Amino acid sequence: MSVTQAASDDVLIGRIAQGDRLAMQVLYGRHHVRVFRFGLRLVRDEQIAEDLISEVFLDVWRQAGKFEGRSAVSTWLLAITRFKALSVLRRRRDGELDDEAANAIEDTSDNPEVATQKKDTSETLRRCLSGLSPEHREIVDLVYYHEKSVEEVAEIVGIPENTVKTRLFYARKKLAELLKAAGLERGWP
Amino acid sequence: MMAMKKMQEQGPSEIELLLPWHAAGTLNARDAGRVEDALAGDPELARQFAVIQDEYAATIGLNESLGAPSSRAMQKLFDAIDREPSRAAPASFGFGARISTLLASLSPRTLAWSAGLGALALMAQAGVIGAVLMRQPASFQTASLSMNAPSSSAQAAPRALVRFAPEARVTDITALLDTYHASIIDGAKAGLFQLQFGDKAMTKDDVTALINRLQQEKIVSLAVVAP
Repeated sequence: MSVTQAASDDVLIGRIAQGDRLAMQVLYGRHHVRVFRFGLRLVRDEQIAEDLISEVFLDVWRQAGKFEGRSAVSTWLLAITRFKALSVLRRRRDGELDDEAANAIEDTSDNPEVATQKKDTSETLRRCLSGLSPEHREIVDLVYYHEKSVEEVAEIVGIPENTVKTRLFYARKKLAELLKAAGLERGWP
Repeated sequence: MMAMKKMQEQGPSEIELLLPWHAAGTLNARDAGRVEDALAGDPELARQFAVIQDEYAATIGLNESLGAPSSRAMQKLFDAIDREPSRAAPASFGFGARISTLLASLSPRTLAWSAGLGALALMAQAGVIGAVLMRQPASFQTASLSMNAPSSSAQAAPRALVRFAPEARVTDITALLDTYHASIIDGAKAGLFQLQFGDKAMTKDDVTALINRLQQEKIVSLAVVAP
């Protein structure tokens, strides 16, 4: 995100704090897709993810006056999204989550179509990225897709910066294991 | 291979840990320079960086394939916002809201008083606000009278339809009303408020000049003579 947009987001939040619906529409238009995708990757349910973004932006409407601008608005949005997504996940049974993760990487080698897909490195990568644990998925997404710095990820996830770095390292190692199990060797680690 | 094995046994180096952020372009200049230097002199690290770039591209591709939420999410959000308590928003600005906002900022505890007694007490507490109230047409003095029924002496007073800028604050609008000896007599319909200026008739030229002045105001986005 550009410095200009970040500054503009701050202005929008100021206007939202005054009750400006138009500013809310602009902010929503600017960020709702990324917020939705971040939430969807965590909760893995489109309906729930859609409900999440409504709740996230409603929180923004209510809390805009308390936003101090110490972090980027996009970082704040992702932190709220994460908090709400984790609340949803907590309500689910743990076993259900494990099953989901397992299903995402379940070997379907009997299916010729999938076997062909496996030859496609990027497709296999995507499949294995989906098979990471929620904890690893979120850090990979935050760094690669949402382009958050070490400091910003630390703020969103609520962990020390060094832990952010090592968590991503081990997420990548886990990804390498999944890829290897799927028959894809990349020369690392 | 030996170097890589040693690296794994010792745990990742600081530079190795930074590689994903380097791929995403989110390192500061100093760290980016350190990583570039290390990559230039370490083929194993460069190979790992190539792997990371594949992960980076795949993650973006995966997220982009997720699509976007339906319009239901936005509808739900704004329905919920509509149910929220109103604020000092320009769009919902009315005479009552203006007074309650101003007075609430002075003494919230007083809001618990009965409406009539509370209003009188607060007016005494805030002479400035009282002065503002005294300038309103007589029709605002009691709640039983219609706010849209100006006194006969005010019928010839000029009126304008005004749309305030979204960033306009209540205090700005109050100051503007004060400056122009104006009062809000209707609104907001389609975001437009009907303002009445003073209680005396003006010449056409004076009204034109008044509207022109209004249009120059930073917090006014539109001002036209009311039909």
